[in-house]
Amino acid sequence: MSTLQSAAEAPAAEPGSDMTAAVAPVSSERKPTDGLECVFQRPASMTDKPLHYCPGCTHGIIHRLVAEMVDEFGLLEKTVGVCPVGCSVFAYEYFEFDGIQASHGRAPAVATAVKRCDPSRFVFTYQGDGDLAAIGMAETIWAAARGENITIFFVNNGIYGMTGGQMAPTTLIGQKTTTSPTGRDPLTTGLPIGMCELLATLPGVAYIARVPMSSPKGVNTAKKYMRKAVRAQLEHKGFSMVELLSTCPVQWGLTPVQAMKHIDEDVLKVYPAKVFVDRVDAT
Amino acid sequence: MSITCVESCNAPATPGRECTAAPSAPADGVAVERRLVKGNEALSLGAVHGGCEAFFGYPITPQNEIPEILSGLLPKLGRVFIQAESEVASINMIYGAAAAGHRAMTSSSSPGISLMMEGLSYIAGARLPCLIMNVMRGGPGLGNIAPSQSDYFQACKGGGHGDYHSIVLAPWNVQECFTFPALGFDLADRYRMPAFILADAVLGSMLEPATIPKEFPPIRRIEKEWATCGRGKRSHKNVVNSLHLDPEVLSEHNELLQATYREARREIRYDMRQAEDAEVLLVAFGISARVALSTVNLLRREGRKVGLLRPITLYPFPDAPLTELAARVKSMLVFELNSGQMVEDVRLAVNGRCPVHFYGKMGGVIPAPDELADVVRRIHSGKAEEKP
Repeated sequence: MSTLQSAAEAPAAEPGSDMTAAVAPVSSERKPTDGLECVFQRPASMTDKPLHYCPGCTHGIIHRLVAEMVDEFGLLEKTVGVCPVGCSVFAYEYFEFDGIQASHGRAPAVATAVKRCDPSRFVFTYQGDGDLAAIGMAETIWAAARGENITIFFVNNGIYGMTGGQMAPTTLIGQKTTTSPTGRDPLTTGLPIGMCELLATLPGVAYIARVPMSSPKGVNTAKKYMRKAVRAQLEHKGFSMVELLSTCPVQWGLTPVQAMKHIDEDVLKVYPAKVFVDRVDAT
Repeated sequence: MSITCVESCNAPATPGRECTAAPSAPADGVAVERRLVKGNEALSLGAVHGGCEAFFGYPITPQNEIPEILSGLLPKLGRVFIQAESEVASINMIYGAAAAGHRAMTSSSSPGISLMMEGLSYIAGARLPCLIMNVMRGGPGLGNIAPSQSDYFQACKGGGHGDYHSIVLAPWNVQECFTFPALGFDLADRYRMPAFILADAVLGSMLEPATIPKEFPPIRRIEKEWATCGRGKRSHKNVVNSLHLDPEVLSEHNELLQATYREARREIRYDMRQAEDAEVLLVAFGISARVALSTVNLLRREGRKVGLLRPITLYPFPDAPLTELAARVKSMLVFELNSGQMVEDVRLAVNGRCPVHFYGKMGGVIPAPDELADVVRRIHSGKAEEKP
């Protein structure tokens, strides 16, 4: 059972506990001072526009990781990012590469066409759980089934954030949302869907992994997994997806710190973090 | 008379001249052959000749020859063919391919086209050019696979949500099924809006002689500075989007779309037959116009002054010639294979200047010219009353 509380019941956030603040990007305009080496700055693939995400949400960290991937692999000139409806609908505002805003759930179809028409491009989608697992389930499964050489960054926070906290396919049993006010009841709403488990059964996939964004360790692991997923595409190995277990403190009714704990204590029990498929280094 | 018309061969506007030319045959100097071609085959070949780089679709009768032919042809030419999992995926694949700057298309039939309407609205909102072929069948719902023209509203009045239009071309023979895809792609690119070819189950399935080039031309890439194909050496990123949260910004975007639609009125195309001295003018498009032309010829042999106006572009609609003709004819008869859809546009153009009658058949029934001639005779003799 979920331990989610309402916002009224939640204790006040501890000072400095906001995870997004801990990884706030440093402006690239910042120059190293004498005798100091600049070791951390905003990725070149990221704009300096302030992010619109709520405090304690990990979209900002994940955006940064995507931009770091693009920089690391030198893909700025050949990247097309596809971001559909949801909290990340403005993702194109924060990246320096070309972007397409797709309709709800259809990003894998959009990305499929971009990649097929321009195979030398790096094409990724950035999708939430409602988008990828509910309305876009068919497009997701079929992109994987065809072994489309695209990469999906799947941000799973178990709730519909932008539209006001309604139940998602990934909402935990017992979790209260605005459309499951007494807690998600599997008898009437079904059970949470593990997208990694589902897609891992398809032979067309090259890489599938899930990682929590609840700690620096998780962020580092996420970067490692995302790097592999990008390689899967660059090496023409087929479909790749990294599921990033994210937070939604506002709609969960938790403080940012509680939200991180919720991932570790509750979400990971339902959605275990691991590498499900790795055919990238297979010969 | 001073009707301004644009010939369908892409020639400049020729004021004061009636357009009776069939749409352009293949260009001069191209080796061609004249042979029996099926409508769906002509639509397929016409798309490839028109520079189709990518096809995304899902099977539905009565247009299945189109994906069947293109599934063999496009990969051989190094182009993209995907049989998508649904029409919903198909139209969104087109959205992606068009966003990346490629000439992309789909073909489907009525129920499948309905599934594409969400994506089409996004395509219109994002100002992306693409081509959609609707080989119409009977509806609503699953209906049947017989010919119908009941998707006129859907094609010409938006279909999806929001204030938008698509260019709509209505072929009436197999030769036009071949030439219209290229025209559709050209117009879509010129105005950055989706283009429809509104055919029907008869046109798709009939065999007719058509002039077809012997070889496929190479892809002629069109520079699209807005395309999201990767930044390359561009100094800025491109974004394809239809989201404008600020009401003022969206309003401005909507105004831009509407200005585009007004500009696209330059592309109005129509075909007139024996309309100079007509007392009763038949107005029909597509396969209905074939029946109507036979009716005109039949009645002319009786000495009745009957003519035909065939809109070729259903959107933008050729309202100006109808407005002018309304002052000269005694009445008009709109004939469609539906319950009366284009007739609304005709009545708007006529605006009460003459009576406008309607005769329609639904469910895939096509009346013979004799049946239609009886209707025209009653109108011509003043025995028929205009019905709303």
